[in-house]
Amino acid sequence: MRENLTQLSYVIAAVLFILGLRSLTRPDKARQGMQLAAIGMLVAVCGTLIHHEIVDYRWIAGGLVLGAIIGYPLGMWVPTTALPQRIAMSLSFGALAAVLVGVSEYYNALHGTAGVVLDVPHMAALGFEVLLGSLTVTGALVAFGKLQEVLPSRPLTFPGQNFANGLLLLIAFTLLVLVVVDPTRTSAFYGMIALAALLGVLMVIPIGGADMPVVVALLNSYCGLAAAATGFALGNSILIICGALDGASGFLLSILMSKAMNRSFSNVLFGAFGGGTPAAAVGAGGALPVRAISAEDAAIQLAYASRVIIVPGYGMAVAQAQHQVRELAELIEKRGGEVKYAIHPVAGRMPGHMNVLLAEANVPYDRLYDMDEINGEFPQTDVALVIGANDVVNPAAREDKSSPIYGMPILDVDRAKTVIVLKRGMAAGFAGIENMLFHAPATSMLFGDAKASLSKLVSEVKAA
Amino acid sequence: MLILELYIFVLAGFVGYMVITKVPPLLHTPLMSATNAISGISLVGSLVAAGSQRSTVATILGFVAVVCATTNVVGGFLITDRMLKMFKRDDPKAKSPAEPK
Repeated sequence: MRENLTQLSYVIAAVLFILGLRSLTRPDKARQGMQLAAIGMLVAVCGTLIHHEIVDYRWIAGGLVLGAIIGYPLGMWVPTTALPQRIAMSLSFGALAAVLVGVSEYYNALHGTAGVVLDVPHMAALGFEVLLGSLTVTGALVAFGKLQEVLPSRPLTFPGQNFANGLLLLIAFTLLVLVVVDPTRTSAFYGMIALAALLGVLMVIPIGGADMPVVVALLNSYCGLAAAATGFALGNSILIICGALDGASGFLLSILMSKAMNRSFSNVLFGAFGGGTPAAAVGAGGALPVRAISAEDAAIQLAYASRVIIVPGYGMAVAQAQHQVRELAELIEKRGGEVKYAIHPVAGRMPGHMNVLLAEANVPYDRLYDMDEINGEFPQTDVALVIGANDVVNPAAREDKSSPIYGMPILDVDRAKTVIVLKRGMAAGFAGIENMLFHAPATSMLFGDAKASLSKLVSEVKAA
Repeated sequence: MLILELYIFVLAGFVGYMVITKVPPLLHTPLMSATNAISGISLVGSLVAAGSQRSTVATILGFVAVVCATTNVVGGFLITDRMLKMFKRDDPKAKSPAEPK
């Protein structure tokens, strides 16, 4: 009877989770839908608490309370600019939970205290669970470190890196096979966990800051697969379902992100990215003309423009300038201009990063346009205002076959009548590639911190 | 039993893929935090590990797992809600009486 109640609670939870995810297709329904999903989680937890194997509630209560105490600030107080590292950290937590459950099941089974029977399928599931989980724990931690800039965000590479990673992966898989064949080989089991942890570090270390959207999405997928493997090991269907949902979501996002960077998915899977030929083309740019513009002149252009497209990039996030952007847009609109926002899929450090920042600054979401929706409108645009974006607006991706980013879909900012670029200085972008947009006759550069420049623009437009 | 579980996995993966393809890029960040919160369901496995008193090692590992998973569930759902609350349509249009919805 109790077993049936538990299962029933899982069915309800699964339905509510899927409805919740489905609600995310509609921005106006999403909040309600996700609240339903949260109720689903509560139902599943209550359904589990009546499980017949649970005899002692003290540790559970303590864990739930402590987790809630840690989780509350992580949910309510983390600023939106820190969202990418916040997500990386929670991926690490989620994977750690999967690893710990896996180890505890393995330990119990070995010491004959019931739990899972270590036949081949269950041991294989347990093995995959701890392997993927452990890799995600450290991989996500390194991603967190890079995003938080505790670790250098530039790619750290050494010769033979991919070979070393491949070898490690091979050894880890061999250990997995050894444990599956004979579960009593504890050293193989724990050795595999350690190797996977090392591999997680080595896989993310060579990846640079701008490639983080792909990595975060990929780790999300791994985390889901680890949860699904837990479900297989424990024979728990809700874990399998959620793991599959999570895995599918991460998988899909990493495909979308890698497409937006013109990298094949296999290229991403094997972590062979971020290398390229940095600094190769930088030298040539030194002599090219650059037209700097004062805030006053830029403000005049904006004040009298009838169509403006704002192109935000990571620079806007770093400067936390989203509120000034909205203020400027409102001023232009008050003067009769039309303002739209063009969002490149990989602008920022995680999928959808720019959208959340702008939504936080009260920019209505129907002003935010995807790349494909807005690219046709640049030729009719009076001023394209680029704020801290570089590679995603580099025309070399469209024209220069020798460029490392050739083929990457970009925002056609260079087709606008005039372009104003807000930038700290003339340093090349993350990919280290010269951007001809900055030297185009229609482009003027407004140098300085994005937030300060925007504040100046706001007061100048007010005065204009 | 294993075959049945494989069915569940594959079908749930399909459902997930179908549903998530339709999520607009606008909401990709909330999507990530939402799937993160949902994958906190590993709490269910952690609860059993922490509460079934099979061995001290398992209980302690289970306890830490409960803490991690609860952190994700609580933090994940809260931050998703906080983000979704911020996405608003254009207000002036909604306010103007001449435009009934």
